[in-house]
Amino acid sequence: MPKDDRERKWVTFNHFILHFRPVRVPAKTLSYTHTFGLGGMSLVLVLLLVGTGVLLMFAYEPAPGDAYDSVLRLQENVTFGKFVRGVHHWSANLLIVVMVLHLFRVVFTGAFHPPRQFNWVIGLGLLACVLASNFTGYLLPWDQLSYWAITISTGMLGYVPWGGGWLQAAVRGGNEIGRATLITFYTLHTTVVPVLIFVLMGFHFWRVRRARGVVVPRAPGEAVDERPEKVLGLPFLFMKEFVVALILVASVFLFSALVAAPLGEAANAGMSPNPAKAPWYFMGFQELLLHFHPVFAVVLLPLAGAVGLAMIAYLGYGEDPSGIWFVSRRGRALARAAAGVALVLTPILVMADEWLLDLAGMAPGLPPILRDGVVPVGALGLAFWAGYRWVRTRKSATRAEAVQTAFVFFAVAFLVLTAIGVWFRGPGMALGWAG
Amino acid sequence: MGRKQRKQEEEAADPVETSPSRRAFLWKAWIGLAAVAVAEVVWVALGFLRPRRPLEEEEAAVVTAGPVDAFSPDSVTAFPQGKFYLARLEDGGFLAVSRECTHLGCTVPWIEEDHRFVCPCHSSAFDIRGEVINPPAPRALDLFEVRIENRIVKVNTANVERRSAFSSGQVTRP
Repeated sequence: MPKDDRERKWVTFNHFILHFRPVRVPAKTLSYTHTFGLGGMSLVLVLLLVGTGVLLMFAYEPAPGDAYDSVLRLQENVTFGKFVRGVHHWSANLLIVVMVLHLFRVVFTGAFHPPRQFNWVIGLGLLACVLASNFTGYLLPWDQLSYWAITISTGMLGYVPWGGGWLQAAVRGGNEIGRATLITFYTLHTTVVPVLIFVLMGFHFWRVRRARGVVVPRAPGEAVDERPEKVLGLPFLFMKEFVVALILVASVFLFSALVAAPLGEAANAGMSPNPAKAPWYFMGFQELLLHFHPVFAVVLLPLAGAVGLAMIAYLGYGEDPSGIWFVSRRGRALARAAAGVALVLTPILVMADEWLLDLAGMAPGLPPILRDGVVPVGALGLAFWAGYRWVRTRKSATRAEAVQTAFVFFAVAFLVLTAIGVWFRGPGMALGWAG
Repeated sequence: MGRKQRKQEEEAADPVETSPSRRAFLWKAWIGLAAVAVAEVVWVALGFLRPRRPLEEEEAAVVTAGPVDAFSPDSVTAFPQGKFYLARLEDGGFLAVSRECTHLGCTVPWIEEDHRFVCPCHSSAFDIRGEVINPPAPRALDLFEVRIENRIVKVNTANVERRSAFSSGQVTRP
């Protein structure tokens, strides 16, 4: 152990791990239930994806005639081919879940208040990159599932006003999904997006260090501890991180060894499957498409969601509840209530729209953009606004509590829509158990 | 008084306005040129990334469907290699409709029993003329140009024709 400051500086300078882990961390932040290690898990999954991804690049051939067969060959003839593909597939799906949970943790512990505001935005950028990576990777096996999921997902782009046709042709590399689409998606997936992810990750980690680490936990009402008691990062922090990483890698490997990554029949441009669904993480948007006009479902609502998410860090709260789970006791109660309301209300509205409402019959003269767009979105928006004002005034919620409540409401509603899209839409996208 | 001395006196009197004028100009010139350079790089990149023009030439695009009398009125014949259906209407006129659903791009099969196109993805339905019978499709199926030469029906799949609804001018009559 170093005896004096000079020796301490020398150890830090020379030691490999202390180059990227902090020398000292607040003891209170070490508890697993403070962050659940979700950020670190995201990093581990990204590294697994890069490692398996590079291996896959030696076997995969990015052309429509060859892609599917190269995946078959990889699974049958390459030693551990099935396993490596499995690790890649399950890590990719798990990464979305872990990142979203990490986003929830950051929101609920208030880890986006100053000085962490811009890091929140960087994190959103990382989420966008990971979704892009999943989306471009989805096409590569070129089976029926991939081909049609990407057909309809890029079909949604055609509804973007003023530039939709151009945007769709740009993403597809032409008018149809074909050679150009595949090589475009492949290049984005293996080069452009990974480079972006690495740059953003570096920036993201540096910002965490600059903010002196993760938020320090405290109970509701407790004052901020300006000089929290610190312990050495090596061994205490690093060992915990290392164990979480090992358990995660072991779990992913075990799962991949037992459950194979799916591979359907080879893509057939002449036959669309029934139903044709987008990848599961976009099913919330496909479900929205079934209820609202495409311009709203594909452009305006997602855009509003993205802007809303970014704005969470910049709203000006007048207080700093960072480190307190759910801001306060009232915040916890409101969050529970909002989750319950969204959980019940969303399926009810979906079923009402499916079986009870017939807007086309009630207002036949109204153009679709109003009937399926402006009117229902406006009505729901008004109802939400009224609810927000009620929470603020009748429940005396602070802005931090109210914004958190709104976040919980929308997050749960979107999760329910995703679940409905994945499990409750069958042939013809009819509502019912899809299995 | 020399020119230099006069300039120095001016500068002493009004240091901000006269002295950095050349420096300010050069700065602006550099930034301007840098902006032009960035614009050029973006222009080249976007041009490079635009969808390529297809190498295959026009001959492959025209599909010879067959003689006029091979198609009975009120029937639909699928041409998978051309990605279209040749519909002969009751009055004998021809329409070549695209098989791509106008909703999100799924391939629409012709269901003979129901005498309509029904999309498997979200249940959009179209009649024999490609017009929308059931949403969520927003417009009628796209068309390809039909030519009849010497009683032989030919379809040009090079250019697809978007339309919002059916009109009798779209039909080619023998």
